[in-house]
Amino acid sequence: MSAPILEIKDLRVYYYVEAGAIKAVDGVSFSLEPGAKLGLVGESGSGKSTMAMALMRLINPPARIVGGQVQLDGIDLVGVSEEEMRKIRLSRMSMIPQGAMNALHPLLRIENQIMDGIKDHGSTLSGGDLQGRVYALLESVDLNRRVARMYPHQLSGGMKQRVAAAIAISLHPKLVIADEPTSALDVVIQRQVMEMLDRLQAEMNLSILLIGHDMGLMAQFVDRLAVMYAGKLMELGNLKDIFAEPLHPYTLMLIQSLPALENKGVFAGIPGITPSLLKPPSGCLFHTRCPYAEAVNGNRCEEEVPVFEQVKPGRWISCHLHGDMPS
Amino acid sequence: MTALLELKGVTKTFGKGRAITVALDDMTLAVNDDFPHIVSIAGESGSGKTTIAMLLLGFYAPTRGHVLYRGQDIHKLSGSQRYSFRKEVQAVFQDPFAVYNPFYKVDNLLSIPIQNFRLAKNKQEAHALMEQALIHVGLRPEETLGRYPHQLSGGQRQRIAVARALILRPKLLITDEPVSMVDASLRATLLKLLRALNQELEMPILYITHDLTTAYHISDYIVILYHGSVMEAGNVDVIIKDPKHPYTQLLVASIPWPDPNRSWGETKQVFPTGTMFDEYAPGCKFSLRCPFAGEICREERPPLYRLDDGRVVACRHFESGEALAGMDLGTLFARKGQVP
Repeated sequence: MSAPILEIKDLRVYYYVEAGAIKAVDGVSFSLEPGAKLGLVGESGSGKSTMAMALMRLINPPARIVGGQVQLDGIDLVGVSEEEMRKIRLSRMSMIPQGAMNALHPLLRIENQIMDGIKDHGSTLSGGDLQGRVYALLESVDLNRRVARMYPHQLSGGMKQRVAAAIAISLHPKLVIADEPTSALDVVIQRQVMEMLDRLQAEMNLSILLIGHDMGLMAQFVDRLAVMYAGKLMELGNLKDIFAEPLHPYTLMLIQSLPALENKGVFAGIPGITPSLLKPPSGCLFHTRCPYAEAVNGNRCEEEVPVFEQVKPGRWISCHLHGDMPS
Repeated sequence: MTALLELKGVTKTFGKGRAITVALDDMTLAVNDDFPHIVSIAGESGSGKTTIAMLLLGFYAPTRGHVLYRGQDIHKLSGSQRYSFRKEVQAVFQDPFAVYNPFYKVDNLLSIPIQNFRLAKNKQEAHALMEQALIHVGLRPEETLGRYPHQLSGGQRQRIAVARALILRPKLLITDEPVSMVDASLRATLLKLLRALNQELEMPILYITHDLTTAYHISDYIVILYHGSVMEAGNVDVIIKDPKHPYTQLLVASIPWPDPNRSWGETKQVFPTGTMFDEYAPGCKFSLRCPFAGEICREERPPLYRLDDGRVVACRHFESGEALAGMDLGTLFARKGQVP
């Protein structure tokens, strides 16, 4: 296996508010290989978007990166200066934000918005070459050249999302973080945008970190999956293995709660609600909703925080059952 | 018999002149309350699905046609008829945050209908009614009453919105994207609740959604809309498992099923990218995107054709079926065990 492009170790991001510290990301570790597609799935408030912002070093007070390491291609992203980070963004790693409709400047033509980042990173391309680069980028995201002269309001949601993707790949980064890139789009357009991302990923050998809440979208797109709950990773492994045999009770229940074609009318929700991150439960964060907590000896789930450990080759979970769920 | 609520040849347009948008195009749909069924109205953004909800609730007036409540035009109801219309037809909306006033406790949402419809003689009775409604939707009153909206999760708030509707013992519940803003782990529980209430209270539900997977799971019948027109309608199992209209085929092929072995890539049919649509084209609304469109599709709007399995499809490729111009979609929704 080649050296990972992105390596995250014990990353912790807390929001400091009057009532205390909100542990939005609390000891998350995973790595991403070159050309791989990893999904980070979680419900609202699980810390997945904070995670994306932390990787881009776009975290502002009251939030702070409290600890841990992030290595991108050998560079320590937590330690580099703000000036260095500015250069790294877009050229080595970039982001397709959630709701690209709000990420584009309403008063600038699309071509200027694409050129902006290229120029800012010290491009020496002449006017004509720069124009040519814009056209090539638009074509690579299946948009017509005419879009270059247009303004955002003239484009549909799907087209704007494509423009955001064109900007993200404009300097050939190695890693693209896509934070719910299609959450505002209709299913048909969603499929078209995801298929375009898939093609770009293969053509440019991109590593993609897809962040989202939709297990269906994950199943269609990524190779590996990380399941996040209340700021911690619950499970990490190959997508197909996880769907075939989830080892963490949360993953199992999450998959069972999804509507599939075979089990019409079966509704299996997860009882209870997501815990408050200000006053998280003791022990395992999921024990308040976990039907298997009693199967574990004593009050272990309630008292002891499970370690995120490898239970099978390539499979990591944090659970006192170690993947041995009673059936 | 007279239907509970009915759209009769309803067209709703917004804007005028060259900037006109036809949000709903000549729709006829009767909803009966004599058997508990769930009908999904599904479509992408701009298909007119929310317009249907707004028309049925009387918040929009139709441009052409009529909206009838027990045979009466809902915009010409007498005081007492209007009173019973508001009681019998209830709604649950998409956003579990926006329906609450953040300055009031959630009790407020439940006590307003009790006051307005004089459902209780005194405070104790009102309180009992509120508790009963909360228990009905699976909430513990002692953990819910007296709280502010921000202290509850989206799923809990949506349940309270359902409880509010139930207090009035409605004959029909109109739900517009009730689970699209709720977390995945709570979505199934909420859908299960709606299905259970549908059966237990024998209350039909109109489930308006863009999500075909939840529509498939919760409903008995489905109406697929595209730019204000019905493309296909009938039994939900039949349509999702074997879509006939090219647009339904495209929609079903784009569902991201949570199953790595059921991939998008398997669908061979190539549809042009984008969302081409021309408001003024005379032909089938989907013809600009349809890989099977012929000359006639671009010239004449197709009527609904009835197929052997009971469903209706607005597509020239099914011309052998019986053509039904301006049919009432409500006739498709039969009681259990009956063939429409």
